[in-house]
Amino acid sequence: MKWGMSRGIKRATVYRSVAIALVVLALELLCRAGLITHLTMPPPSEIVRDLWKILVSGSMTGAILKTLTDVVIAFAAAVFAGVGAGAVIHRWRALRDGLDPLFATYYAIPIYAFYPLFIILFGLGDTPQILIGFMLAVVAVIVNTLNGLDRVPRALIKTARIYRLGPIKTAARITLPFAAPYLFTGVKLAVAYSFIGVIGAEFIMSRSGLGYEINFAYNNFDNAIMYPLILLVMLAATTVNMTLYHWEKKLLARRGRG
Amino acid sequence: MSVVHVSLRNVTRVYGGAGGGSPLHALGPLDLDLTKGEFFAVVGPSGCGKSTLLEVIAGLATTSQGTVEFEGRAVAGTIPDGVGVVFQEDACFPWLTVAGNIAFGLRQSGLAASETAALVRHAIDLMGLAEFADAYPAQLSGGMRQRVCIARTLVMRPRLILLDEPFGALDQQTRLLMGEELLRLWRETGATVLLITHALDEAVMLADRIGVMSARPGRLLDIVETAWPRERDSRIIADPTFGRITARLWQSLREESLKTMGKRPHVA
Repeated sequence: MKWGMSRGIKRATVYRSVAIALVVLALELLCRAGLITHLTMPPPSEIVRDLWKILVSGSMTGAILKTLTDVVIAFAAAVFAGVGAGAVIHRWRALRDGLDPLFATYYAIPIYAFYPLFIILFGLGDTPQILIGFMLAVVAVIVNTLNGLDRVPRALIKTARIYRLGPIKTAARITLPFAAPYLFTGVKLAVAYSFIGVIGAEFIMSRSGLGYEINFAYNNFDNAIMYPLILLVMLAATTVNMTLYHWEKKLLARRGRG
Repeated sequence: MSVVHVSLRNVTRVYGGAGGGSPLHALGPLDLDLTKGEFFAVVGPSGCGKSTLLEVIAGLATTSQGTVEFEGRAVAGTIPDGVGVVFQEDACFPWLTVAGNIAFGLRQSGLAASETAALVRHAIDLMGLAEFADAYPAQLSGGMRQRVCIARTLVMRPRLILLDEPFGALDQQTRLLMGEELLRLWRETGATVLLITHALDEAVMLADRIGVMSARPGRLLDIVETAWPRERDSRIIADPTFGRITARLWQSLREESLKTMGKRPHVA
């Protein structure tokens, strides 16, 4: 049974790998055949080779570290603030009723519209980019925290009272652990939004970072830098997401929902 | 020699009414004394305020009028030390293993890790959960999960154990066997037990005394003594007295249950 299941997973992995390989191969052939011009896009094999060169030369190490640091800061701040705010809002009925419609419409607001304002307020340093990443991510965390806390069974709340836990310990030891799978959804979204927020902001206006370097290379028709960096961003985002997905599966398997 | 362990005087609970809606009179007025070490069961029609009674004694709810005393001290919406509660709903912590669930309260109390481990192991053995110590609740049946909750409560050595229809979600055979285990644990711990149930046979089999509650607002209509020996198990259901007591309970309850169903009692 177990063996059969793992075989099933392996088969899905094989199909997925084959599909990706076919797309890459098709791109490679189209580029090599000249149907996609070199000025539009170099062949994938060349992109990988160029990325390797860039990584080895260390010319982009500063930009990579700068962007990843900003993403991590935006992400961590969004998770801490989001979970904290979610826990407080959940306890405070009036606040919840007031804020719920705002959360529902929040993602209709183009956060980037605030970017010029942030630059005026905080200058061209890292702060405006981190702030954009944070603002994109934080509400997803709040909404999913609230969703998780809404599902805590009354019997667990009563149990917390029988153990005479105060509100903070109840949140830390009972309600938030119960809500963990829902929080995890928020965390996954926060990773994606932090990446999008920071790199997007770097694209628009900044003096460093991967987004800035990609945009700079684009303006200079420098495909030998632009495409490898795009690939690098894709690889980074995919790796982080796959890792989270793996953890989530483990967590859910324990809770009997894997 | 009997010592009063829990004492309720003129206890009344009314819900709502402050915000303009009509208030709901859920419970009372009700007087009750539980003797230290006795097994007391409460039966009554559904919605009669049985759970409210338990919550008021546990300190999970406040009384609207009247007083509740546990070991001579007033319980007024604060959870007293020495009280354990098992709920009908599954209250296992799904993110902790069986051992982790049972250790939860001990860890909160700041007990040394080695002592916690010893107590948890003992509770696990006592409840027949040894095989499942490292399992998560999701891997267990409903009966097993309820055992975990009972073990989690007992490991704290409560002097008063409140059970709110703990076997409500279990099948009949499991209920009988869990009932036997409960009797054994009651004898071993010497705790006072208050069991809320809607199953008359369960109440008769387990309890020293059975309180019969009226339809809402819940009042005590009758208290029936079973006079069972302390050493007993589920086999007493074959005792002729068992049938007589069950019949007497049903006699008191029938009218009340009909009221709950919105029917007028049939006049013979």
